[in-house]
Amino acid sequence: MICCVLSRSSLQDQNTKVAVVLIQKNAPLPPGDDLQALERAATLCSACDLSAKSLFVLPHTDHLIGYTIRLENAFYDLAQSYYHGECRRVKAHKEFLNKGTHQLLLVRHQFKVAFFNELRQDPHSAVKHYRQAYSLLGELKTSDINVLEIKIVAGFVNYKICRLSFQASAPLDAISQFRKHVDLFKEKVGCPDLAFEHSAWLSKQFSLFGELFDEAIRNGLTALQTQHPGFYYQQAANNAIVRRQLCQGLCHTTTPLSMNPLENAGNLDFFGQRPWRQGFQGAEPPDAGIEHAGIIALQAQEIQVDHSWIIIPLLSSAVAQFKKYKSPRMKRYLMVQMGEEYYHARDFSKALMLLGRVTWDYRREKWWSLLTSVLITSLRCAYLVGDMQEYITLSLELMGRYVENSPEEKTRCQTNLIQVMSNECPEPEPGCDFDAVEEAKELWKTLKVTPQTPQVFTIQMEQIAPFIECKAVFDSFTTTADSTILLQIYLRVTCPFPIRFCKIAVFFSNQFYNQQCVVETGLIQGEGGLYLLPAKTKVIPFQLVPQPEDVGKLLQVTSVALELGSRESRCAVLVWSGWGGETAIVNNYFVNYGLKSASKEDQIDWDDLKIVSKIKIEPRKPQIDIKLKHEPPALVNEFYELQLVVESLEDTPVKDLRVWLGFQDEHESAENAALIYSEVPAAHQAVGQTKSFIEFTVKETNQKIERSYFVKCSQVGSRTVTAKITYSVDVQVEPNSPPVTCTCVKEDSVVIEIVMPFEISLSLTNLKLERLDQVFEEEPFLLLAGIKCTSPWPVTMVTTTLNMSPEVGIVGEEMGSQLQGSLCSRWRRTSAADEFPVVITELTFPSVTVESVPFAIQTDLPAYGCVQTPLSVSYLVRNRTLQVQEVEVTVEPSDAFMYAGHKQIQFRLLPTGDHRLKFSLYPLCAGFVTLPKLHFNLPRFQVSWDEHAQKMVPSNVFIKPRGRELGS
Amino acid sequence: MAVCVAVIGKEVNFLGYLAVFFLFDEILFLLQNYPLYLRTVSPEEELKFHYTVHTSLDVVEEKVSSLTKSSNDPRELYLGLLYPTEDYKVYGYVTNSKIKFVVVVESANTALRDNEIRTMFRKLHVAYTDMFCNPFYNPGENITSRNFERTVFEMMKKD
Repeated sequence: MICCVLSRSSLQDQNTKVAVVLIQKNAPLPPGDDLQALERAATLCSACDLSAKSLFVLPHTDHLIGYTIRLENAFYDLAQSYYHGECRRVKAHKEFLNKGTHQLLLVRHQFKVAFFNELRQDPHSAVKHYRQAYSLLGELKTSDINVLEIKIVAGFVNYKICRLSFQASAPLDAISQFRKHVDLFKEKVGCPDLAFEHSAWLSKQFSLFGELFDEAIRNGLTALQTQHPGFYYQQAANNAIVRRQLCQGLCHTTTPLSMNPLENAGNLDFFGQRPWRQGFQGAEPPDAGIEHAGIIALQAQEIQVDHSWIIIPLLSSAVAQFKKYKSPRMKRYLMVQMGEEYYHARDFSKALMLLGRVTWDYRREKWWSLLTSVLITSLRCAYLVGDMQEYITLSLELMGRYVENSPEEKTRCQTNLIQVMSNECPEPEPGCDFDAVEEAKELWKTLKVTPQTPQVFTIQMEQIAPFIECKAVFDSFTTTADSTILLQIYLRVTCPFPIRFCKIAVFFSNQFYNQQCVVETGLIQGEGGLYLLPAKTKVIPFQLVPQPEDVGKLLQVTSVALELGSRESRCAVLVWSGWGGETAIVNNYFVNYGLKSASKEDQIDWDDLKIVSKIKIEPRKPQIDIKLKHEPPALVNEFYELQLVVESLEDTPVKDLRVWLGFQDEHESAENAALIYSEVPAAHQAVGQTKSFIEFTVKETNQKIERSYFVKCSQVGSRTVTAKITYSVDVQVEPNSPPVTCTCVKEDSVVIEIVMPFEISLSLTNLKLERLDQVFEEEPFLLLAGIKCTSPWPVTMVTTTLNMSPEVGIVGEEMGSQLQGSLCSRWRRTSAADEFPVVITELTFPSVTVESVPFAIQTDLPAYGCVQTPLSVSYLVRNRTLQVQEVEVTVEPSDAFMYAGHKQIQFRLLPTGDHRLKFSLYPLCAGFVTLPKLHFNLPRFQVSWDEHAQKMVPSNVFIKPRGRELGS
Repeated sequence: MAVCVAVIGKEVNFLGYLAVFFLFDEILFLLQNYPLYLRTVSPEEELKFHYTVHTSLDVVEEKVSSLTKSSNDPRELYLGLLYPTEDYKVYGYVTNSKIKFVVVVESANTALRDNEIRTMFRKLHVAYTDMFCNPFYNPGENITSRNFERTVFEMMKKD
């Protein structure tokens, strides 16, 4: 309670309200129940002169959150009503202000209103009043005396407006307000001696707006590539750079004065006023002397500021933003600026590193002007930190034709490079800080090499656009194993003076060639060797002999290394590599086309020169003749002669000649369908070596090889016989070089047509030469074989055998239902010698059905008869079955005969029994006459046997006319 | 009027030619975005304008890629205001063959409306086409034509 009274007394003149919160350990009773508590509360209120509404109880229980929220709302209401009241109170002052006399107070008044509105969380009216304040501020007359104050206040108001606009999701309002703000004050520099103050202020405005914008983005605003905080950070940085430049121009270190005009700078009543004339509002400074002293003091203060550490963080914020909004080039530009700022801040190695990161892109995009400026700064840094590798690399570029600096600069650069390479100190770069140059000079002296520790720098030339260019050109894209390869290395320098290199080495995909392609010019002086004249192309030819292991492969120049300086002291190895891979294309392309080569007197058009860094080494062309002699067509199954003639046309003996002869690509055909023999097998020893190819090797020869082979094909069609020859031969590529062993391969093939030697047709007939489709048991038949020669060559049939199956003989016993057998012919070409094996061709008969007949008829008939002379005929009918057969025989009458015998008869035949029918015929006319027809009928069988029986009996007989007696 | 005029070489789709690269090592092309021509009013500030034009290519690239992606009408060559800096406004124009023109005007020069800028670009395009028709001009070389130079000079001189 004492504390309550105390606080009240101290707050007396402020418009305050007191609220008391009692923190209670026990859970409260429902309101109204605890009469004692009510009474106590009333006492407390009256004692402290509190309204009952300002007393709160916060029970310290589990449900703390609910109580605190309620408490918060209650306080919020209190605060709001307070600010509302204050706001009203301040607004009420307005009528006491008039524009004529209280112009400054009006701004203050609007700011206050806006601020209270902001506090009572009414951003809308807050912005309205801030804007009013801002426009009132704009109406103020500015002079050198008050401009700083106005700008500082305008900065505050502007910050408030922008911030509230961003919070109200009105970024466009914020941006336009900021634009207006900057445009309004951009030109109002104020006192020219303190111009850096203006730049500092502008820089601050931009960076603050950038931060606001960035914050809005973090809260969900989306920015564009052309409108994002990066631009504002960039402007902030630019203004900071201007500030630094102004400072360098305006400020000088001074001895501090006895009276410090800035002594009250820390506790000013009003922002932006000068400490030595606070509250002064006149048009002219009250005391010119103090004013001058103040300006000097401010300048002295400014010179203490390390501007680079203001600029660099701003730039790096901008870099982050531009990176985010896909502006790589802007990012690079800012990095260049950052590098330059590090250079100003004398952090040369950091500058060098930053600048080194962007040069590649400028090179790639061929913005030579930008590259030049970056490189010049880098070279200064490299000089100042004594980074020799970088110094050499940068010099290589700055001497060349791509870089757009003056010829004098290039000359200077080359002189310096030569100095460095000959272990001397280079001349300092112009435009460097004096102190830094002095330090660097000392540094370079210490860098001098002692003979014990030579320095070698390897520089990748694809990464830069150097003064020297190199192209490796093979004379063709392919070569053969027995010819020399001509490789030409083209070198051209575009520096102002001639330059001498000490060594060139070419590296290949096969290391074997490397030592052949080295030129060292330690001794050669004058124009020879690796002394390169500006803009003149130098061609260095190398002759190579392909190695046997490279045949069929691609030989490739992997890199070219050129050495500048000497291995004993300092040496720069310039390496061009990766012409082969695809990375090379990406790395190398900026070197071309961007500029046309200037030198017209050069006989080689450098840009039209195509790099040929790969050469395919193909096998040597074989100098050997293969002939396969034969007489087509071949006959199936015969031993067909094939003559192989291999004739070497080489000058030297061929070695390790390997011949492969055989059928190719016929794996799918049946086994033994086509075989090849080195000699004809003896007649009866058929199967020995059965191969589909033959191989043989000859150690060394220079003669003609003739060999006969025999091919046996068992199928009609065409076959390809291929002869493959592999051999090696020693070739003298160069008159004095050791001979090279080349492996050559030659292949030749012939197509052989295979035809059948003859056609065999088989037919079955009965004894009457009628065609049979089936044969009958125990009945003789004829087998006719027709053999027709289809071969173009005469064929001799040595023997022909008929192999019958056991069922068939002259008379068979057991009868099957089918007949089989084969015709086997043995033959050879008529032209072949007798000892030449015969070919056996077997033709299997077609199957034929054998039917059984229940009876047989045997006819007994004379060969001929005579007219009017009796002729007796008998038919013996035999039962072939084991059953009794009933037979009916009827005889048809005939016009040619009169006959005696049964015309119709019925008889029984016992098993295997027989019956003879006898007829006496009396021929009536002569000629080949038809016999009376017998009809057989076997009633037991369903089928009619009559037709079959007709075939068993003769149908005609020859009847002679009656002989005339002599003399009558 | 304009304080800087630049012509920037075309961008070749690198991947499209990759196949050719494997055949011949060294067929190389007019590559991306390098300056064919750049003139400024004040030669002493040329480096700054080089940077301005170069950085504006970021926006050109973005606009060109979004153009080809979204609209089916490729006829609009004028890209409009690329980005405003504190002192300058940078405008872009891209021909059908992807040659880019960039014009920089002072921000203070409010007399220049969109229409004037368009006219400027059209003139520039005509001048470029005339220059290109010269059979002795090799595509990808820096522009040295006097007529072209005159057109640019007039654009920078006026008022």
